[in-house]
Amino acid sequence: MTNDNIITTDVVIVGAGPCGLFAVFELGLLDIKAHLVDILPKVGGQCAELYPEKPIYDIPGFPIVTGQGLVDNLVEQIRPFGPTFHLNQMIEALEPIGTADAPRFRVTTDAGTVFETKTVIVAAGGGSFQPKKPPIPGIEAYEGNSVFYAVRKMEAFRGRDILIVGGGDSALDWTLNLQPIARRVTLMHRRDDFRAAPHSVEQMRALVASGQMDMKLGQVTGLKGEGTALQAAICRDSDGQTFEIACNTLLPFFGLTMKLGPIADWGLNLNENLIPADTEKFETSTPGIFAIGDINTYPGKLKLILSGFHEAALAAQKVHRYVYPDKRLTFQYTTSSTSLQKKLGVA
Amino acid sequence: MHVRVTDREGEQRELEALEGWRLMEIIRDWGLPIKAECGGACACATCHVYVAADWVDKLHPPREEELERLDEAFDVRPNSRLACQILFSPELDGLTVVLAPELD
Repeated sequence: MTNDNIITTDVVIVGAGPCGLFAVFELGLLDIKAHLVDILPKVGGQCAELYPEKPIYDIPGFPIVTGQGLVDNLVEQIRPFGPTFHLNQMIEALEPIGTADAPRFRVTTDAGTVFETKTVIVAAGGGSFQPKKPPIPGIEAYEGNSVFYAVRKMEAFRGRDILIVGGGDSALDWTLNLQPIARRVTLMHRRDDFRAAPHSVEQMRALVASGQMDMKLGQVTGLKGEGTALQAAICRDSDGQTFEIACNTLLPFFGLTMKLGPIADWGLNLNENLIPADTEKFETSTPGIFAIGDINTYPGKLKLILSGFHEAALAAQKVHRYVYPDKRLTFQYTTSSTSLQKKLGVA
Repeated sequence: MHVRVTDREGEQRELEALEGWRLMEIIRDWGLPIKAECGGACACATCHVYVAADWVDKLHPPREEELERLDEAFDVRPNSRLACQILFSPELDGLTVVLAPELD
């Protein structure tokens, strides 16, 4: 890769949840531009992914706000600072290339995006969202050849006998997308109620009625095959009866779970999958790398969005010292500072 | 008040329970391995437990939201519940549950 392809920046924020988004604001007030990376295809982290419609009652100034409502407001609040989002990708590698006094890092995502940055703020919440893997005995042996938790290239599934497990949008969407190119698709769900979009469910039921695919009620309990080649799934219905479904491909869609992922390999001190940070500037064991929000730990830590906002403000002050080592930092209030108001586009 | 919880290694523990706490919070507070990823928002199914047969009918039936979340759990049985949806009260003293397998 040539230097032209490398994004040079002051800060890369890992995670576009509420804390990552608010860090953009605090950094923006200090003239620091941010690039954000998130594994999800949209911003908002847990708030948008796990509880978009749930009310939150402990955000200062909002007696009640939904998860998505909070995210929408944060996005509006940081708009003047024009952050750059790199969604649908996960940071795989982080390599220090500077010194303790003048840190620099080369950061690479699994989509091939490369940054050279002075600082990194890890705001990854509970880690990165990754597909849940069912604890079916021996399933690992089939992963990558017969068992897949996501569909990257549809063509790879042409002509296969596919068993899709799940009752949500992912299961239904891939059932409908793969049915025309697979040899046969069977959708299995534990009950005859689906929580996917009603239109998708109707389409699926029409395909079943016309004999173009199968739908079974039950749960997968085991797998049969040779080596990495799956031959059948052993299943159980709600009455406890066991049956088999012949298939050479299994796609389980049980939703997402959070894992620390490659962050564990970045050389940071870890404490039970959390990143210890100091309480003055929320810097980690590596100078120039900060940890804010649910992913950090320190005496007295409260896992509240509120805490993450506070941590973002303090981390930004130290980031400023790395980014502008010769510039004096004067503390200002947005209510009274014309300079800050100009940055916000209101003066 | 107590709740009896069998962990995934088969060891049964008797945990002191507080009225008004969710079963998930009690189990987590005592340090048992229950992920409870969403913190009780009924959004993740990582606090899946099996309720002992003689306790199933003493609990309020699961709401649609809980049933939908259980779709994201593994090895769901008729006595499956999400521990975050069970609010502890004196009538539940002695409730007995088993931690369900966790999805990786």
